[in-house]
Amino acid sequence: MLKYVAKRILLAIVTIWAVGTLTFFLMNMVPGGPFLSEKAISPQATAALEAKYGLDKPLLQRYFTYITDALKGDFGDSLKQRGRTVMSIIKMKFPVSARVGGISVLVALCLGIPLGCIAALKRGKFLDSLISVVSTCGIAVPSFVVCTLLMYTLGVNLKLLPTMGLTSWKHYIMPVIALSFYPTAYIMRLMRSSMLDVLGQDYMRTAKAKGVAGFWILFKHAMRNAILPVVTYVGPMLAYTVTGSFVVEKIFVIPGLGGEFIGAIGGRDYTLIMGTTIFLATLIIIMNVVVDIVYKLVDPRINLK
Amino acid sequence: MKKRVLALLLTATMILGLTACGGKDTPAADGGADSAQTTTESGTDNEDAASTETSDGEKILSVQVGPDPETIDPALNSAVDGGNMLLHSFECLLAVDEDGQLIPGQAESWETSEDGLTWTFHLRDGLKWSDSSDLTAKDFEYSWKRVCDPMVAAPYAETVLGMVAGFDEAITGDLDALQVVAQDDKTLVVTLKNPCSYFGSLAAFATLSPVQQATVEANGDAWATAAETYISNGPFYISEWVPGSHILMSKNPNYWNADAIKLDGIKWHLIEDDNASLSAYQTGEVLMIKSVPAEEIPSLRENSDFYVDPIIGTYYLSLNTARAPFDDARVRKALSLAIDRDYVANTLMQGTYSPAYNFMGPGWVDTDGSQFIDNANGGQTYISEDYEANLEEAKQLLADAGYPDGAGFPSIVYSTNDQAYHKVVAEYLQEAWAQLGIDCKVDIVEWASFTPMRRNGDYDSSRNGWVGDYSDPSNMLDLLYSTNGNNDGKFNNAEYDAAMELSRTTLDAAERSQALHTAEDILMEETACVPVAYYNDFWLQSDKITGSWHSPYGYWYFMYADIAE
Repeated sequence: MLKYVAKRILLAIVTIWAVGTLTFFLMNMVPGGPFLSEKAISPQATAALEAKYGLDKPLLQRYFTYITDALKGDFGDSLKQRGRTVMSIIKMKFPVSARVGGISVLVALCLGIPLGCIAALKRGKFLDSLISVVSTCGIAVPSFVVCTLLMYTLGVNLKLLPTMGLTSWKHYIMPVIALSFYPTAYIMRLMRSSMLDVLGQDYMRTAKAKGVAGFWILFKHAMRNAILPVVTYVGPMLAYTVTGSFVVEKIFVIPGLGGEFIGAIGGRDYTLIMGTTIFLATLIIIMNVVVDIVYKLVDPRINLK
Repeated sequence: MKKRVLALLLTATMILGLTACGGKDTPAADGGADSAQTTTESGTDNEDAASTETSDGEKILSVQVGPDPETIDPALNSAVDGGNMLLHSFECLLAVDEDGQLIPGQAESWETSEDGLTWTFHLRDGLKWSDSSDLTAKDFEYSWKRVCDPMVAAPYAETVLGMVAGFDEAITGDLDALQVVAQDDKTLVVTLKNPCSYFGSLAAFATLSPVQQATVEANGDAWATAAETYISNGPFYISEWVPGSHILMSKNPNYWNADAIKLDGIKWHLIEDDNASLSAYQTGEVLMIKSVPAEEIPSLRENSDFYVDPIIGTYYLSLNTARAPFDDARVRKALSLAIDRDYVANTLMQGTYSPAYNFMGPGWVDTDGSQFIDNANGGQTYISEDYEANLEEAKQLLADAGYPDGAGFPSIVYSTNDQAYHKVVAEYLQEAWAQLGIDCKVDIVEWASFTPMRRNGDYDSSRNGWVGDYSDPSNMLDLLYSTNGNNDGKFNNAEYDAAMELSRTTLDAAERSQALHTAEDILMEETACVPVAYYNDFWLQSDKITGSWHSPYGYWYFMYADIAE
């Protein structure tokens, strides 16, 4: 197991390096630059800015400087948000996104898994149909529609909930619903189909035949096997959700990391593009390793090597 | 049976979905009337919303003028939303009043030498920073030199200080060469290399706000990123800043005119999304919003809380004069005259722009203080408002240029980025130019790639626009000067350049005015670019806000505002 983890970490470093290198050269191939605006700034000012941030150096040299700095933990200054370092931006905004995202993932798990199980147990009954319809909607309706509908009904018309910011628990309700809508639906469907699969297995029949009580069959024998696909999905989903959603954060005015991914690319903020990309890549890789370990815990048959 | 239930359920949800979608349009129409009610209602709501903030009896005004500013370092800012923050937290030597006239700011008086080269500013007594330390002329000297520092790389350095003696040396690093000298604690003397009649406007320009040397040197660029280190000298200071959420400004008790400030604070909500900002306004969480969704404008237009006010700037098209057939002034003029400006501004752009029959719109100030537009072309618009006649003239011009009914005219490309009304205007241009028999293709380019493409002259025709920094007409007329960095159409006309040169050197106000008008005459006759519409700001503002105003620079002045109970 330890050996496995060590191997995965090594592999992770190589992957992150590859992601970073690809991003670095790709973003520099795209036309445009960070110091452009509708109004041309004087050539002197542009030159001074480029010199200040080292953009006047050849591309390869910049690449090696970046890699060596990054290894030392220095991800540079944001080129657009003058006076802020990339690390300070991530440190300031990630916790906000992580809080909203984390709650949303919890909600999705708490709703998705039981509802999926119920749908499987009541297969073909009214409840199953209802859950199917709801989950189809959940997958088909994009988050900006959910956000707008929530905002319009609960926020503007009924004035039940505040529409912006994150200052009280009430502020969390709408963003969390919007963010957990899709994953809840997806988990429900995953859970339902894998549960149905497991319920049809011979050992389930055996357990039933031996007279194990209904609830225990479900909890001890079926659940454990059925939950594996959900675990696979939740790992990367968690990484994406805690780094923030561009749409949801924009609509509910949440000062999270989501907007920075898009903003950095639009503004050609090279250092911030690199920083956020590497950060997201690292999170996804960590989550994948965690998923593998959870696999092992849930299903002892799986051998990690 | 079960299948039928499922099918029924599905149809039910689909119908629900459809009505939800369809319903969106219909209620939007009376949504206008609704929102008028909500604004009146919001009176009570506001007290609720406000009371959470004002539990200790403080009067805090909540507004929205844009998303997170990229920077609020006076030297680095080049955007209007950052400018609004600077306007309320800093004060320059001079200020601009409600009528656009220069008034004393940190300087209580100022004078210009006979030759127009020496400007002397006398500071008020007892000026202080927001941290209660003393502010002297030395601080201005430091701040202005800092703007020239290549390590600061201020985008507006040349615009605001390019005419000061020693600028060329200062911009390469020899800061002390800049002829800005604090003679004593209360006197700042500036020596120019050539006369600049509008230097007073620059002395009121946010880039030249004073910044506190000790704070800046201790924190580097980061001084302007946190409330604790953001020391200022204006009517308010920043007491809390949550990036992406809000900037809270509190009244600065050390400001010389603090007695005139009625608000205890201003909360700037940094909302990026138009719909989010409208919701916040409708629920009464903010009393004024700048970001209004375009699709809501038809229903909001008639409301008394919807405002449209001109800013100095023009939406125009650049035609690449370095490429045939745009090197022919007749072709350029034909393309210009084929555009129905009234339709573009009032129908396509929903009246949020005004039709531009001149290049220089309302708000630009002539040398005698009158409106530049009133004196242009003898008081007539350059382009006639009679569209039918214009179209006939356009066809004739095109025939004269050798392309009767567009025969033999090459297919052209119109490039634009996709934001706001840019795409609908592009589609309209295709239609308008097709009337001349010209085939135009539209090329939508991503923003960050669009600017360099246009600047490199790598296009046929493209969208362009300019919003003025200060109200002297040279600020926009300079765009067509042959070597100007923003001369995207590569217009090169010796007479035009000569007129602009004269406007820069002459000391005689009448002669200068004449030169500037001559320049616009040439620009319009030669169709150096194609003005389409004048910019306006449009916004929603509750009538509970009193004593605020909007300036043609695109700024809102809330410092002397009050909230009516």
